[in-house]
Amino acid sequence: MTDFLAARSQMALSLGFHIVFSCIGMVMPFFMAVAHFYYLRSGKVVYRNVTRAWSKGVAIFFATGAVSGTVLSFELGLLWPEFMKHAGPIFGLPFSLEGTAFFIEAIALGFFLYGWDRFNKWFHWFTGLIVGISGLVSGILVVAANAWMNSPAGFDYADGKYFHIDPVKAMFNKAWLSQSIHMCLAAFAATGFAVAGVHAIMILKKRNILFHQKAFRIAAVFACVAAVLQPISGDFSAKDVAARQPEKLAAMESVFQTRSHAPLLIGGLPDEKNKTVRYGIELPGMLSFMIAGNTNFTVQGLDQIPEGDQPPVAVTHLAFQVMVGVGLLLFLISLIYFFSLWKKRSWRESPILMKLFALATPLGFIAVEAGWTVTETGRQPWIIYGVMRTADAVTPMPGIRFTFYLFTAVYCSLALIVIFLLYRQIRMVPELYDTK
Amino acid sequence: MLYVVIAFLWMSLLFYLLLGGADFGAGIIELFTSDKNKDRTSNTLYRAIGPVWEANHMWLIIVIVILFTGFPEIYSVVSTYLHIPLVIMLLGIIARGTAFAFRHYDAVHDDMQKVYNKIFRYSSFITPLFLGIIAGSAVAGTIDPKASGFADAFIFSWLSFFSVSVGFFTVAICGYLAAVFIIGEARTPEGRSRYIIKARSMNIAAAIAGALVFLAAVVNGIPLVQWLFGNPLGIAAIVAALISLLLQRALIRKGKVKIIRVFAGFQIAMILLATTYFHYPRIILMKSGDYLSLTEQRGDDKSITVLAMALLIGSVFILPALFYLMYSFQRKTQPPLES
Ligand code: HDD
Ligand code: HEM
Ligand code: HEM
Repeated sequence: MTDFLAARSQMALSLGFHIVFSCIGMVMPFFMAVAHFYYLRSGKVVYRNVTRAWSKGVAIFFATGAVSGTVLSFELGLLWPEFMKHAGPIFGLPFSLEGTAFFIEAIALGFFLYGWDRFNKWFHWFTGLIVGISGLVSGILVVAANAWMNSPAGFDYADGKYFHIDPVKAMFNKAWLSQSIHMCLAAFAATGFAVAGVHAIMILKKRNILFHQKAFRIAAVFACVAAVLQPISGDFSAKDVAARQPEKLAAMESVFQTRSHAPLLIGGLPDEKNKTVRYGIELPGMLSFMIAGNTNFTVQGLDQIPEGDQPPVAVTHLAFQVMVGVGLLLFLISLIYFFSLWKKRSWRESPILMKLFALATPLGFIAVEAGWTVTETGRQPWIIYGVMRTADAVTPMPGIRFTFYLFTAVYCSLALIVIFLLYRQIRMVPELYDTK
Repeated sequence: MLYVVIAFLWMSLLFYLLLGGADFGAGIIELFTSDKNKDRTSNTLYRAIGPVWEANHMWLIIVIVILFTGFPEIYSVVSTYLHIPLVIMLLGIIARGTAFAFRHYDAVHDDMQKVYNKIFRYSSFITPLFLGIIAGSAVAGTIDPKASGFADAFIFSWLSFFSVSVGFFTVAICGYLAAVFIIGEARTPEGRSRYIIKARSMNIAAAIAGALVFLAAVVNGIPLVQWLFGNPLGIAAIVAALISLLLQRALIRKGKVKIIRVFAGFQIAMILLATTYFHYPRIILMKSGDYLSLTEQRGDDKSITVLAMALLIGSVFILPALFYLMYSFQRKTQPPLES
C-alpha cells in the first residue's frame, strides 16, 4: 500500500467511523425530546423510561462521536497539510461556526444528562432540544465545508495562489444546500431505521413490549418521513451534480460515451478498461430525462474528460447503486408503515412489519456510507474540485500506512466495544425499566 | 481584528490548560492513588467533572480551528513535523474519552470496569505528556523543514530532553490543578485531608519537573532563562506566579478551597504568559533561527476578520451558558461538609 493510498484510506476510515456517531448524535436528541415531551405532558412512566434508556445509550455515542471528531480536525492537517494551508482560510468559517455549535451542544448535553430532577422540568426538556438543534446545525456547517471541496467558491486562483478570498461566499457555495438537505434527511433515516429496527427485534422477542412499542413508534415515524423525502432530495442532488461535476455524474451512472437519450442504469458492473458495463438493466432515455426533464438531452460522458481527471468509475457506480437501491427499499417500507398507521391498525404491530423493520436495521447506515463514497470518490482526483489534486495535498511524512493500520485497529476495537455496551444496555432494559 | 483572533487563541489555550488540564489531572490522581481509595476518588471526580466534561475539551477544537483558519501555514508545519506526537496524543484522547464514558454508562458493573479504569488512568498520563512535548517542541528549535533524513525531520523534531521535560511538567501541573479542584469536592474531612496531601505532593512534583525543564533548557542550549527574565513582563509574571504559589500553600492549610482554585488558575495563566510573551508573536521557533510568527504567517486578512466576528458572536452565546452550567452544578453538588 502506498502512503498516498494509506492517507486516503485513513481519511475515509475516520470519516466513515465518525459519520455513524455524528448521525446518532444529531438525531437521537430529537427522539428523546419527543419521548420526554410525552412524559412531561402525560406523566406516563414508560416515556420517562424510554427517554432515560435512550439517553444512556446516547452518552456512549456522544463520547465516541466527540473523540472521533476531534481526531478528524487534526487529521485534516496530519494527512493533507498542503490542502489545509490553502483551504483553511477559505473554508474555515463553517468550522469556526461549527465550533460554537459544538460548544453549545456540549454545554446543553451537560445540563440534559446530569440535570434530571435538578432543574425546572421544561428547562431540562429544552436543553435536550438544544442538543439536537445545535447538532443539526453543526452537521449542516461541516457539510457546507465539504460542499466547498466539491464546488469551490469565494476565491480567485492563479499560478498556485489563492486571492480575493470571501469566506461567506465560500460557505454558501453551489453544493451546500443540496448536500445539507440530503445529509440531514439521511441522518434521520439512518438513525431512525437503526433504532426502530433494534426495538422491533425486541418486540419480536416479546421483551418489555410496551416499552419497545413506544420507542419503536417514535423512531419509526421520524425514519419514515425522512425516507419518503429522501429520493426527492436525491433527485435534486443528482441534478445539482450534473450541473457542477459532470464527471462525477458520469461515473455514478457509468456513462462512458457522451450521448443524448442516455439510459438510466440499474445495477451493472462497469469495466473501466473496455469502457463498457456488463449485466446492467438500461431504462432508455431516463437519465437524460431525470437530469433535464427531456430525453433528448445530451449527457456528458467520461470520453470528454482527460484520462488523468477521471474519477474511479466502478467504485462510484456501485456505491451509487447501493445507495439508490437502499433508498427505494426504505421508501417502500415507509409507505407500508404509513398505510398501516392510516388504515390498517392490525398491521401496525404485526410480526411481518416488525420483521421488515428488523431487517432494515443496518440499511440506512449502509446507504450513508455508500453515499459518502459516491461524493468523495466521485470528486477524485481532486481534493478541491478543479483546483488542487489530492496527490499534491498529501503529507510528505513517510510510513502513513502504519498509522492507518493503527487507526484501523483502534476503530475496529472501539466499534466492537460500543456494540457490546449497547447489547448490555438493551439486555438490562427489563431489569431497569420494568413498568409493571 | 488579528489581535482579537490572537487573544482568542491565547485564551482558548489557557482554558484548555486549566479545564482540560484539571480533567487530565483527575486521571493522573487516580493513577497515583492507593488501591483502596481509587474508587472513592474516581466517584468524587466524576461527580465534580461529569457535567462539564464535554465542554472542557471543546477548547482544543477552538485552538485548532483558529490555527487552520487564521494561521494555516503554522497549522500545516506543526502537523507535518510533529505528526508522530500528535498521533500519540490523539490516540490518548480517543482512549481517555471513550474509557471515561464507558465506565459510567456500562449498564453492567463487572470486571470490564477494571479495564476502563486502567485505560482511563494511563491515557490521562500519556495525553498531557505528549501535549507538553508538542508545546516544548514548538519553541525548542528542533523542527527542521530542511532536514532530509526521516529521523531528523520527523523524530528529532520532537524528541529532545527539553520537550520531554516540558511534557512531564505539564503532567505535574495537570495533577496539581485537579488536586486543588477536588479538595473542595471531598465529602468528608478525612477525604479532604487526603486530597490536601495529594495537592502538596503534586505541587512538589511540579517544582521538580520545572527544575528539570530549566536544566534541560541549559543542556539543549535553549535560552529559557533569558526568555523568562529578560523582560519586565516576564519577571512580573514569574514573581506573581511565585507569590500565588506561596499563598496557595498557606490557603491549602486553612482549607479555603474557592480562593485556592482562583490562585491556582492565576498561577497557570502567569506561567503561560511568561512563556509565550517573550517570543511573541513568534510561536514556532525552528532550527537555525527560522520561525513562524502570528503576524507574518497569518492567513488572508478577510478570513481573519470573519473568523474574529465568528468568535465574538460565538462567545456571546457560549460564555454565559458555560458559566451557568459550571455555576449550577457547583451549587447543586456543593457537599455539606460533615465534621
Ligand atoms: C439514508 C441514507 C441515504 C439514502 C436513502 C439516499 N442517500 Fe443519497 N446520499 C446520502 C445518503 C442517502 C449521503 C451519505 O448523505 C450523501 C453523501 C454526501 C451527501 O451530501 O449525502 C449522499 C449523496 C448523494 C448524491 C451525491 C451528492 C453530491 O455529491 O453532492 C446523490 C446524487 C444522491 N445522494 C442521490 C440519491 C438518490 C437519487 C437517492 C434515492 C433514493 C438517495 N440518494 C438515497
Ligand atoms: C472533516 C470532517 C469533520 C470534522 C473535522 C468534524 C469535527 C468534529 C468534532 C471536533 C466533533 C466533536 C464535538 C464535540 O465534542 O461535541 C464532532 C462531532 C460531531 N460531528 Fe463531526 N466532523 C466532521 C465531519 C462531520 C460530518 C460529515 C457530520 C455530519 C453530517 C458531522 C457531524 C457531527 C455532529 C452532529 C457531532 C456532534 C455529535 C456527537 O458528538 O456525536 N461531522 N465533529
Ligand atoms: C462524514 C462523512 C464523510 C465521509 C464518510 C467521507 C468519506 C470519504 C472517503 C470515502 C474519502 C476517500 C476518497 C478516495 O480517496 O477515493 C474521503 C476523502 C476525503 N474527505 Fe471525505 N467524507 C465525509 C465528509 C467529509 C467532510 C465534511 C470533509 C471536509 C470538510 C471531508 C474531507 C475529505 C478530505 C480532505 C479527503 C481526502 C482527500 C480526498 O480523498 O479527496 N470529508 N472522504
